[in-house]
Amino acid sequence: MSQNSIEVHNLSVAYNRIPVLWDIDFELPKGQIIGIVGPNGSGKSTLLKAIMGLIPLSSGFAKIFDKELDLVRERVAYVPQRESVDWDFPATVEDVVRMGRYKKGKLFNRLSSIDKHLASEAIEKVKLTPYKDRQISQLSGGQQQRVFLARALTQGADMYVMDEPFVGVDVATEKTILELLISMKNEGKTVVIVHHDLQTVSDSFDYLVLLNTRLIAHGPTKEILTEENLQATYGGQLNLLSKIRNIIKNKDFPMREKGFEDK
Amino acid sequence: MIERIIYFFSDPIAQKVILGVAIIGAISGVVGTFSFLRKKTLIADAISHSVLPGVCIGFIFAGTKDPILLMIGSLVIGWFSVWIIDYISSTTKLSEDTSIALVSTLFFAIGSVLLSFISKSGNAEQSGLKNFLFGKAATMTAFDIQVFAIVSIGILLIVIVFFKPFQIVCFNLEFARSIGVKVRRIEFLLSTLTVLTVAIGIQAVGVVLMSALLIAPAASARYWTNKLPIMVFIAAIFGMLSGVMGVMFSTIKDNMPTGPWIVFALFLFTLLTLLFAPKKGWFSIRKRNKLNSRKIAEENILKIIYHLKEEGNSTISFGNFLEKRTMDTILLEKTLNYLVDIGFLKDSKKLFTLTENGELEAARIVRSHRLWELYLTKRMNFKDDHIHGTAETIEHLITPEIEKELLKELDFPTSDPHNKEIPYA
Repeated sequence: MSQNSIEVHNLSVAYNRIPVLWDIDFELPKGQIIGIVGPNGSGKSTLLKAIMGLIPLSSGFAKIFDKELDLVRERVAYVPQRESVDWDFPATVEDVVRMGRYKKGKLFNRLSSIDKHLASEAIEKVKLTPYKDRQISQLSGGQQQRVFLARALTQGADMYVMDEPFVGVDVATEKTILELLISMKNEGKTVVIVHHDLQTVSDSFDYLVLLNTRLIAHGPTKEILTEENLQATYGGQLNLLSKIRNIIKNKDFPMREKGFEDK
Repeated sequence: MIERIIYFFSDPIAQKVILGVAIIGAISGVVGTFSFLRKKTLIADAISHSVLPGVCIGFIFAGTKDPILLMIGSLVIGWFSVWIIDYISSTTKLSEDTSIALVSTLFFAIGSVLLSFISKSGNAEQSGLKNFLFGKAATMTAFDIQVFAIVSIGILLIVIVFFKPFQIVCFNLEFARSIGVKVRRIEFLLSTLTVLTVAIGIQAVGVVLMSALLIAPAASARYWTNKLPIMVFIAAIFGMLSGVMGVMFSTIKDNMPTGPWIVFALFLFTLLTLLFAPKKGWFSIRKRNKLNSRKIAEENILKIIYHLKEEGNSTISFGNFLEKRTMDTILLEKTLNYLVDIGFLKDSKKLFTLTENGELEAARIVRSHRLWELYLTKRMNFKDDHIHGTAETIEHLITPEIEKELLKELDFPTSDPHNKEIPYA
């Protein structure tokens, strides 16, 4: 049995040719609530997308449960940022949550009654049953976030990877989400959350990854939450690193040279 | 006029043309829905302008207007235009809409040049080729229509089979990718369907106006439903009817292009939609505004009587009202009569008093107003002299459930920030 939920090795990413992540290297445990935390623009969401194979990497790799993502896709559920979609899409809450049962290789089959039942259960868990037939733009921000969460629950994964689930949600939603996260952990699931603010909900994280374009620290929350680490995470960007970054951008330079790694 | 329409539908040649445009319109509605939802309507426009050189090259190879070769020509050039737009916008600093504008006009220009070469070539068949600019449905042969029908059925089957991948790629691309959908392939398939639809549509509608038939039915259909399968169906119906109506209009005079008339028919459906659609249509919005202002007037009148009563004045005349608040006198009279009808007011010779029910309702409104004022000062730190205006509006929106929560949160207060009594039933 593997011990790691996620392993990231030498991972660098450039976005529109601007480097946003430098050589990130860590291993994350299983069965815990893990926060990836850093200020705006620190590359948290990019890291998550890189792990989920949604964007090209400049160097390195990410493994999930010690395997290539493609081999374990069904064990991971990804919750994108709420703002990443147009909520005016013609779909009801139920329609969106049922998308959680769309599986690779089974996309051409009809959903079974078990699939539909699983979706209803998830809607009930996030307390949206009274709204299940509503068009999704007629929901509050918090309710929309819960729709995404319900879709992920419907996927029945072992690991849940969420991008900023607490942004723009009401207190009730925050509470519902936190309760769900804890009950998921108790079932042995791993939860990875990108979060920008250590003031709120950080008590619930068992394990932290502090990030500001480079890895600052990672480890159990109690050990990591030091004044020094926080200063490094939130104390602004490194001067020289920003300068180098601008040179890379302006000169169209690659972030990594090719051909030395296999030697 | 009616005779003409009956004649039109009974004429076998006209029937053939109607069948052709009905198929084209319906399939354009179906495929256009996905372009619309992916916010790729400009790409649809670019494709339809870009296929002109494809038509010309197809013609040069075939020497006749063979629908299959013209379609292959359109398909290749259409694909190429999509690819080159994508390439320019992803590798240069030019934005997508700029590269769309550049590519579609360039391709259209190339097509026009080829068209003038062909017309000078002396090929007897070329005369009909100009019809591809603005469309001429009557030039469709029985064979053309057979080909279009087969291609349309193929497109429809693909849409049915790929419905779920199309749905998630349109709604949430990253999610689709995260569950292992090959997003690039699905996008390529959607572009291909758009190119194919353009290819079968341009003879009747023309390359210049074809994008309207892709976009307008979907844009209108979105107003009528919140369900994707139903939206696809409605778009197909709108597209089909617009096609048929456009052909009908174009027969009013001989030798008119069909494309512009189809666009007029499409516009008619869009206009009807903007006027009559549920919730978001003009009439619906107007009705809602009317109901709102009626509710505001009713509740304000009850509230004013309540205030006057607090000041010791239980019978009220028109004059008393107008002293308290400027109000349109026709609206005032109408609303007063209505309040008498539903038993909230008693009217004795134009002097009004609250009935028992009216008193309860008036007290509820005043309570809502004063509770909200208290909420503003306590929870939102408003100054005492800033709260009245906001509370004037919010009082009309407070539902019994919200009132309950307000009471709980403010712990059943007895007076408002102005030291006025909060009335309880």
